[in-house]
Amino acid sequence: MSRAGGTWVGARVPRNEDVRLLTGRAQFVEDVEPPGALHVAFARSDLPAGRLRGLDAASARTHPGVHAVFTAADLGPLLRPGAVLVPPPPLEGLVFHARTALPLVRDRIRHQGEALAMIVAESRYVAEDAAALVEADIEPLDPVVDLGRALGADAPRVHDDLPSNLAAHVRQTKGDYAAARARADLVLERRFSYDRGIGGAIENRAVVAEWDAGADRLRVWDTTQAPIPVRNVVAASLGLSEAQVRFIAPFVGGGFGPKIMFYAEEILIPWASMRLGRPVKWVEDRYENFFATTQERSQLHDAEIALTREGRILGVRDAFLHDSGAYDPYGLTVPINTQCTLLGPYRVPNYESEFRVAFTNKPIVTPVRGAGRQHGVFVMERLLDLAGRELGLDPVEIRRRNVLGPDELPHNHEIMYQDFTPLRYDSGNYERSLEEAARLVCYDETFPRGRERARADGCAIGVGLVNYVEGTGIGPYEGGRITVEPGGTVRLATGVGTQGQGHFTSFAQIVADAIGVTPADVRVVTGDTSEFHWGTGTFASRGAVVAGNAIHAAARSVREKILRHAAEALEVDPADLELAGGSARVRGAPDLSVDLGALAVSANPLRGAVEPGTEPGLEATSYFGPPYGTTANGTHAVVVAVDPETAMVEILRYLVVHDCGTVINPMIVEGQIHGGVAAGIGNAFYEELVFDEFGGMSNASFMDYLLPTATDVPPIETAHIETPSPLNPLGTKGVGEGGAIPVAAAFAQAVEDALAQIAPGLEILDIPLSPARLFALLRAQREGVVGGREADSSSRREPAAGVP
Amino acid sequence: MKPPPFDYVAAATVDEALEALADTSVETRPLAGGQSLVPMLNFRLAVPERLVDLNGIDELSRIEETEDGGLRLGAMVRHRQLEHDPFIARRMPLLSEATPFIAHPQIRSRGTVGGSVAHADPAAELPAVLLTLGARVRIARRSLGGEPGSRVERTVGLGEFFLGPFFSALEPDELLTAIEMPPSAPGEGTAFDEVARRRGDYALAGVAARVRLNSGGVCDEAAISLVNGGATPCLMREAARTLVGQEPTPEVIEATAAACAATSEPAADMHASEAYRRHLIQVLTRRVVSRAADRVLT
Repeated sequence: MSRAGGTWVGARVPRNEDVRLLTGRAQFVEDVEPPGALHVAFARSDLPAGRLRGLDAASARTHPGVHAVFTAADLGPLLRPGAVLVPPPPLEGLVFHARTALPLVRDRIRHQGEALAMIVAESRYVAEDAAALVEADIEPLDPVVDLGRALGADAPRVHDDLPSNLAAHVRQTKGDYAAARARADLVLERRFSYDRGIGGAIENRAVVAEWDAGADRLRVWDTTQAPIPVRNVVAASLGLSEAQVRFIAPFVGGGFGPKIMFYAEEILIPWASMRLGRPVKWVEDRYENFFATTQERSQLHDAEIALTREGRILGVRDAFLHDSGAYDPYGLTVPINTQCTLLGPYRVPNYESEFRVAFTNKPIVTPVRGAGRQHGVFVMERLLDLAGRELGLDPVEIRRRNVLGPDELPHNHEIMYQDFTPLRYDSGNYERSLEEAARLVCYDETFPRGRERARADGCAIGVGLVNYVEGTGIGPYEGGRITVEPGGTVRLATGVGTQGQGHFTSFAQIVADAIGVTPADVRVVTGDTSEFHWGTGTFASRGAVVAGNAIHAAARSVREKILRHAAEALEVDPADLELAGGSARVRGAPDLSVDLGALAVSANPLRGAVEPGTEPGLEATSYFGPPYGTTANGTHAVVVAVDPETAMVEILRYLVVHDCGTVINPMIVEGQIHGGVAAGIGNAFYEELVFDEFGGMSNASFMDYLLPTATDVPPIETAHIETPSPLNPLGTKGVGEGGAIPVAAAFAQAVEDALAQIAPGLEILDIPLSPARLFALLRAQREGVVGGREADSSSRREPAAGVP
Repeated sequence: MKPPPFDYVAAATVDEALEALADTSVETRPLAGGQSLVPMLNFRLAVPERLVDLNGIDELSRIEETEDGGLRLGAMVRHRQLEHDPFIARRMPLLSEATPFIAHPQIRSRGTVGGSVAHADPAAELPAVLLTLGARVRIARRSLGGEPGSRVERTVGLGEFFLGPFFSALEPDELLTAIEMPPSAPGEGTAFDEVARRRGDYALAGVAARVRLNSGGVCDEAAISLVNGGATPCLMREAARTLVGQEPTPEVIEATAAACAATSEPAADMHASEAYRRHLIQVLTRRVVSRAADRVLT
């Protein structure tokens, strides 16, 4: 496959990894089964809060086939709280209480599913039989379940040593909101709740560890988004040098955020292998995954927007509560994303935002695809819709009046982002994105006519159209090493893990362009610390930006080396050479050429002198660290049909206009958007973690936790706008999460539009919007309840965001 | 999510299965398609000591015509067979219409009609549909004190079979061997519909209806049953009576739908409140009864 202009970046290159994935040959951790491996199951707490008074593992230990049962008492120096992986940004007035979990419960249970004992046995079956024999004497404690009440003076405490369940308090401001409010023509205030769910990767977590006492080395296969940092923590914890520990994140069956976390199992499994002298394997099952893997959950917002009568935003004020779960190992990434992403592509001269983070007796909250950004987008876009309604402006018109124009970029929002730098928009064309989406969905003329016709036929059809700006591609850095081998093969190693993003192809395209080979010629290795051991991981929509530009730089260096060696070999000036078809050749005289393999041989001679000061081989390693994150943006439009009798919603059309800067591979970008939108549809309409009043999760299975399936996700249309980022040589911005971020906001607007005549004034303020919730809203609307808020949910009646 | 240890018996004949079930000193469960039982084993919600696998019993997989022209489905007939059998489509179109709503193709390929009925799940489609069709179940056990291979059989009307959620008239030593339905009469129309969160999910509510109209367009007989409308799969006799002797006009059907909703006893769960379920039952009853009547008239 070749392309006019000889450039691979930008081409729809079929993915290098697909043959292995589609023929079942791709290796996942579950496929790794070293001879003699023992299998682990954990005995976990069914209660969300309690005091562990005693643990009797005697009958589990003597159960046939059991090799060992470990409890907190057996862990020795490993029994210490985990690290705070992401410290909070240095903000003035910041309150942050770091609390992290022990690897196994010692005396206090703070969420359902915390591990009490680790059972190592001949098989997972036997291990589970023995886990059922572990007798835990637990004194139940009152759990903190309801976020709205978590900070109340009478709430039970998740951590006894803290005066309340307050985990953090952050306030960031820009301009003078109070003054802006005073001169506003319209001030609109609403309470919003937004709930996110699990990551829902098809592959649960899994760890296989093999201690080789003879070689004094530890090999670990781990489904992680961050193999290098996890390797480093494990090595340090076990008293090993980093070089003794090899972490392999082979194909990873979905990450979506939770696999960026460091988990106790990642250290307990290697530790058990060293202790028992046997390979040890643990594969999390789906039930465990609902408790033992991190998730995202509720925020409650009290938000207010101040506008002129022309619909121009004067300012926004938001105070919100964020549920952190039992611990806060990932710092404040999620609520800070919410705080920053709320501003969207809009001119917001005055902003006052504060949040409080609460500990609850629920599983731990860390980023899940979108990572709090969708909460902020929902609040802002809903405020604009409702304000527009008051002012007689339709949703697109009020957005037209407020989006930042191309001449207003770059734009500094002055508050601090999750990467500890000011929130700056580097580039984009927000007006064009909005107009393009409106045009594609025929917003101004054709659609309204169709909507009227449908209404005449008794069908409730509506459209929603919303914007977002997403901070992506943050630092600190990633690296890549490229080697041209004597056989002509090109090898690329990078430290990021891969979970389906198409790294084996998009990174290969970057290399192919630089040194004149095809992407299929480039063998990419990711997530193996023996191949590359510097880096942080795959998260925050940063792979193509940070690793991509490191690889770009390494490829340029290798290109220079190739040209230098080729110029010598062909006795020409390097400027007269071009690289194509796997060789260096003289421009205009393609017969004068030398192939890359031959150059690799001459660059690494077995005899003779290498010029002092040069390096052997055609190889280069480069790193890239951006000054601050790039900002991608987009507009989503959705058309829905609502059956007002059954409250069921059908998505008729879904359209995404997006700008992630330079597109390396449109097919991969579209795949990312499709997956993101599917996740967003789940978030908006299907997925919800349900806890009973005792804090027990009621729907820890895919029977009751509803992920959208192929029949629930419509075909998704995409349109690309490419505004290259000025912050990196490739001009890329991240795209991994964007698809998921604005879906709920678009969905809510579309449902309201569809029901505009049947239920005028209906306001959707809570996500997810299940049919049951929509039914309750419609019924309340008919019965004249103002705001139509569902009456049976106590958390929604509590005074919200703990504003002083 | 691994099952605890259990003994396993692969029965090749009904008698072998009955023999195993007859020994009630060992808690034994028949294994049919396993689409409910195996997840329950994996969650350790069911902990039987022994499973009797029925999958090797050929005689249970037949679809036959009964002497009175009705239909007999062997207990191990798969949902997928019902879905695609042209004979069924001709004779009992309601079964063909409703079967695609049962879970997903993979589950329908394994799941069986006998397993579904014996499981007595009020949220399952098939029991409600079979109730509407006036089905009865054939039940067998080994005769007490008799020779091995001697059977006692009984027939129970489906209306008397379901006793509570996941609780039926089956005794521990009994096996459900077949389901029988009377032939459909001229002038009959049937329909099924449900509202589910996703295609293949358990329905928030579902309704099956059968109406028979005479040549004057007046309803002679009606049966309506609900999915997830009460503690058991349930026949809504009172609501059905509001149709009998009436022409199925929109007003009559609306009254039937209202009666159906009023006399239903749906439960609240995380997916739907009781009020929402009741409302859906009314909407679906109206739609389904209208469609069933239309099918007679056209």
